[in-house]
Amino acid sequence: MTTTPPEPDQTSSPDQPSRAVPLVTKPSPPAAAPPAAAPPQSGRFRVPTLARHLGVAVLAAVVLAIATTMIGDYRDYELAEIAAFVVAVAGLTVLIGLSGQISIGNGAFMAVGGYAAALLFVHLQWPLAAILLAATAAAALAGAIFGVAAARLRGPYLAGATLMLAVALPALSTQFQSVLGGDQGLGFYISVPGFLGINFSLSRWQAWFNCAVALLVLILLANLTRSRVGRNWRALRDDEVAASLAGLNVARLQIVAFIVSAACAGAGGVLLAVWIGTVSTSLFALGVSIQLLTAAVLGGLGSLVGAIWGSALLVIVPTFLANFATSHGMTQTTSSSVPILAYGVVLIAVMVGFPGGIQGALVRFFNLRRRRPADYHQEEKGST
Amino acid sequence: MDRDSLEISGLTVRFESLTALDDVSLTAAQHAVTGIIGPNGAGKTTLLNAICGFVRPDKGQILFRGNDLTRVRPDRLAGLGIARTLQSVGLFRGLSVAENVMVGATPLAKAGFWSALAGLPRSDADEARLRMIALEALDRVGAVDLADRMPETLAHGSRKRVALARALAGLPRLLLLDEPASGLPEDELPELGELITSIAQDADVLVIEHRMDLMMSVCDHIFVLDFGVLIAQGSPAQVQADPLVTEAYLGVLHE
Ligand SMILES: Nc1ncnc2c1ncn2[C@@H]1O[C@H](COP(=O)(O)OP(=O)(O)OP(=O)(O)O)[C@@H](O)[C@H]1O
Ligand SMILES: [Mg+2]
Repeated sequence: MTTTPPEPDQTSSPDQPSRAVPLVTKPSPPAAAPPAAAPPQSGRFRVPTLARHLGVAVLAAVVLAIATTMIGDYRDYELAEIAAFVVAVAGLTVLIGLSGQISIGNGAFMAVGGYAAALLFVHLQWPLAAILLAATAAAALAGAIFGVAAARLRGPYLAGATLMLAVALPALSTQFQSVLGGDQGLGFYISVPGFLGINFSLSRWQAWFNCAVALLVLILLANLTRSRVGRNWRALRDDEVAASLAGLNVARLQIVAFIVSAACAGAGGVLLAVWIGTVSTSLFALGVSIQLLTAAVLGGLGSLVGAIWGSALLVIVPTFLANFATSHGMTQTTSSSVPILAYGVVLIAVMVGFPGGIQGALVRFFNLRRRRPADYHQEEKGST
Repeated sequence: MDRDSLEISGLTVRFESLTALDDVSLTAAQHAVTGIIGPNGAGKTTLLNAICGFVRPDKGQILFRGNDLTRVRPDRLAGLGIARTLQSVGLFRGLSVAENVMVGATPLAKAGFWSALAGLPRSDADEARLRMIALEALDRVGAVDLADRMPETLAHGSRKRVALARALAGLPRLLLLDEPASGLPEDELPELGELITSIAQDADVLVIEHRMDLMMSVCDHIFVLDFGVLIAQGSPAQVQADPLVTEAYLGVLHE
């Protein structure tokens, strides 16, 4: 006897008070008149998805462009880093929060993107946009290969496999020193395009480029998550058996989610390389994978806006804390461990207090204020 | 009751030492309601699991309108026009009622991954269409006013309606119902019975149920399983009068 893994209804299900009833037909009371159901109405007019997402993105772009001229070089530089992380974290939050697959190793896909970009830059001198596309495609391919290989893994087993990937893949760069540069790394410098003028600062250009890519990625992910694809991911996350009965190819959808998240990680890796000007083993060490995960959880799993909150905290808080610590007389070594400690504390606090992360807490806060409490989580008394 | 919808012949399913289904042969007619009854653990759900490809039979064959289902993958069934409700209901917790039913309309979806990614009008139009289909299915089971609720806020009976709507949304040709009445109050059974009868006007229905009053009123033909063996079949009245059937049920009750 062989069985395929998901077996519906063999474990005692919650609604099984159904005992074998002896063959006695009780006279049943007359049928209640069926409720006069309102015929289904077509939904109210909705702004097309793409227009809605583009509108928000254009608005954000304008705000960001103005902001970059005012906040100074150092903040521009930080903004570029945040944008790089937003891209990678957004992909991860979709993977975990929507498709229900855990990856502790998305730093590995960042490495694939970063190294692919640096190699194309060093050897072929492609234009930046082409490098970004090709490197993202390379990371997506890596994600596809891993996704297919790990298609049967679930929960902790999948987490373990991704962890191995995060440990093993960056180590390749020290194995193939001659090609990948080892600890030295590969230089990947970009320069400000001529049309922006001689006085345009490099940090601002990095901020512009990274933010533009981040907004583009967020638009695409928002389209995806608001569509059938996102709904199907959430469905299989909640119940694989019911999802497959509805006709969803669970394994295929899970692999697609892996590809999407790996592509995002790859693009994020390119942006991180653009930001720091070099790719090296340490840039994509295991710690980066953990940071991605932390940011996704902090922001709220499954939420793209949450990915922005999480990434911003990831970048801002450590520098802030380190500065704070040094200015309060701690030594360099002590002060550098303060952010890590703070991470741990904040992460635990969020997981305990706000399981939906920052975005979940915000949504709940504003919903509670807008709706009357009575409408909230109202229990249905009996059915129609 | 002209031609056969589902033809099962010599189906045997073993779990280690337990023979859950032993050489079971049955047919379900088109546009009819075929019932399967039997005490707890008789193998009724296992039969559906074998039809749906969750369990590989050791022997036997399953045909649906000429298609061999014996080695089919579960996610292919919807495309063949087969839908099923689960004994455990199995709604998607994180999806609203309407979204749950929209997932059930998957066989009717047209827009694919790329149009979704690009947010093309094509994808929007498809979504609007699926939502309409979902609302119609919800209307059919009398739950259209629950469309925007989350499953966890629903009473048990409403959840079962939504699960039924989800199965109906793909416009199945064969509907497999695993204990649709379990947990429902007595006064909701006649309405469910009418619904099942009306579904049978454009689909074939195979229903598993313990509530005999419901089965008497909806089924055209009933098969009785006991310990994996088919012990009786016939019209509801014939089955009810069969001493073997009463014995099987009483045997269980007296254990
Ligand atoms: N995957 C499995 N592995 C081992 N045993 C199984 C498995 N599936 C079912 N069984 C056993 O097969 C027998 C038939 O189970 P099945 O769920 O088909 O019964 P049923 O007729 O649906 O009962 P109920 O009325 O309680 O739903 C039971 O003894 C059950 O424990
Ligand atoms: Mg059962």
